Amino acid sequence: MNARDKILASIAAGKPALAPLPYIGFAAESDVDLLGAEFIRVLASIGAIATNTTGLELIKEDLRQARLDGGCIVNTIPAIGTVDEEVNAESTAQFLERVEKVYVRGTIGVAENGAIWLSESDMINRLLPFICQHLVIVVDRQKVVANMHEAYGALSTRRQEGYGVFIAGPSRTADIEQSLVTGAHGARSVLVYLVSPETHF
Amino acid sequence: MTDHASLAAAFNKDELRVDWHDATLWQVRKKRDVAAASVPEWEQLRELASQIKEHTLSDLDRLLIQFEKNAQDNGMVVHWAADAREHNEIILRLIRSNHISRIVKSKSMLTEECHLNEFLAEKGIAVTDTDLGEYIVQLRQEPPSHIVLPAIHLKREDVSATFHKHLDTQKGNNDPSYLTAAARKTLRNKFVQSDLAITGINFAVAGTGAFVVCTNEGNADMGAHTAPLHIACMGIEKIIPKTEHLGVFLRLLARSATGQPITTYSSHFLKPRAGRQIHIVIVDNGRSRHLAKPDFRNALKCIRCAACLNTCPVYRRSGGHSYHSTVAGPIGAILNPNMEMRKNADLPFASTLCGSCSNVCPVKIDIHAQLWKWRQILATEGILPANKKRAMKGMAFIFSAPRLYRFAGKLGRITMRFLPFLIANKLWNPWYRQREMPQPPGRSFHSWWRNNRYERKR
Repeated sequence: MNARDKILASIAAGKPALAPLPYIGFAAESDVDLLGAEFIRVLASIGAIATNTTGLELIKEDLRQARLDGGCIVNTIPAIGTVDEEVNAESTAQFLERVEKVYVRGTIGVAENGAIWLSESDMINRLLPFICQHLVIVVDRQKVVANMHEAYGALSTRRQEGYGVFIAGPSRTADIEQSLVTGAHGARSVLVYLVSPETHF
Repeated sequence: MTDHASLAAAFNKDELRVDWHDATLWQVRKKRDVAAASVPEWEQLRELASQIKEHTLSDLDRLLIQFEKNAQDNGMVVHWAADAREHNEIILRLIRSNHISRIVKSKSMLTEECHLNEFLAEKGIAVTDTDLGEYIVQLRQEPPSHIVLPAIHLKREDVSATFHKHLDTQKGNNDPSYLTAAARKTLRNKFVQSDLAITGINFAVAGTGAFVVCTNEGNADMGAHTAPLHIACMGIEKIIPKTEHLGVFLRLLARSATGQPITTYSSHFLKPRAGRQIHIVIVDNGRSRHLAKPDFRNALKCIRCAACLNTCPVYRRSGGHSYHSTVAGPIGAILNPNMEMRKNADLPFASTLCGSCSNVCPVKIDIHAQLWKWRQILATEGILPANKKRAMKGMAFIFSAPRLYRFAGKLGRITMRFLPFLIANKLWNPWYRQREMPQPPGRSFHSWWRNNRYERKR
């Protein structure tokens, strides 16, 4: 018998009687202002910087300034400035290693934990939001939900992509004496723009 | 001697270090309390998580088959390994057939359990552990001492000395930011050059074939998105039925582990990138045998948050290495005897049975009850340590003879009062070695009762 059959037979012989799957149902806050405020508060508590902004002008200016300051800047959001065409899904780590700052759209924000969903199509290259030194995420304020149940509910209505990630703040570690250090392997800083009113970008 | 008590005694020699270890882990436990209290539905979440895992275990074979099919449809390759040796052989075959030489690995307790690094090292293949804590202990050629905080037994001076030796950092510079930055720089090069990334799996979703990996550092993703080949290893119990169940577990995991509201990165892998490969290795290694034991199968619900380690008064004061196993602490003390009962017969005794582990467990495993059940099995099997067996038999003899019991009590009280050195003696009283003796009472409860209550009742 091969390993697969052996394992499955062993499980079938030893498993308990079928137990029912529970129903998950929690009431969730839906007031956009309250959710936005909580989202920003939690992001600050996990070492990110988050700010409300009206329209995209502030972000466009941020990107313009970043490019003037020099360094390798990669924008993936057409609505805030030109998109850097040289980065694509196939870009290698050797190429992306020098990326200083990345601007990317977040699909959904989660108020309870500051997590933001990045889809593969938005990040263009899976490595990009990890290998860059600094990450700027732009989120529509209407897309902030209360908790993870709401987040998965919202994601279930979208087309499934090959990869996606919840990012909550900058990369961190406390492996040396439990003292918190940001910038372990991933982005050293995360800046979140919460955009209102509803803006298509 | 390599049992828990003697290894703990060695750890206890440095009292300041023990106090620090104890206090630091208690801080983590307190952060967990704050995080848990911030979620009004916390107890409902624990109950839901326990029930979802209950269902999963009761339907595990079907869910694994469903997961395999969906993962294959998504372009991933699925392997099955009955034990650690098969797991290691599968990875070795993939390494050889893909001509791989540069391997980065993010934290995976399963690969530790299978001793993958040692196995590959024997074949001349080096693996770099990339989780900072695991990297530190790897450089020191030590096993991790905690499943979430692998280097919690070390102080910053230790890390500084290790990095000075291996990474050429400044001698005596103990600044955690400086040391972390040095590791970041070295490991970035390893990531960029890697041709294989090995990761663990936190949750595998049967309904979609996706798997989720949680890290704070971003090391799993740095490797997985760089190397052309990604091997993800999972125990059979990592399955959950549907995507919506991730909501429950991701709300519990990091809050229970470190008190964070969620890990920095919760990465969902559904399909490999074009031209890349993802291989999944599904490992049994004693788990299905565990599943067949009604008293103990609940332990397979574990999501490896380590809340039970952080809260355990014995773990905090004895250190992870005293458990001589990959998974230390209360959960390790119930998982390891299932793997090798004789070798781990000491572990169920490394507990006060206070129950704090069960109280903080996010999936409601009855940990302390299982510890107690293991003790009974070990006694029935006749593999108690000789001194425990003698003490138990002696106590049983005295407790079953009331006159003898009263006489022994009296003798004890008199000795403690007039000849205290006979009892408060580290040479022959192991209980006294790390504790103070209590003040002897003037009289026994029995005689108090006779004088105060017994008479009146008559």
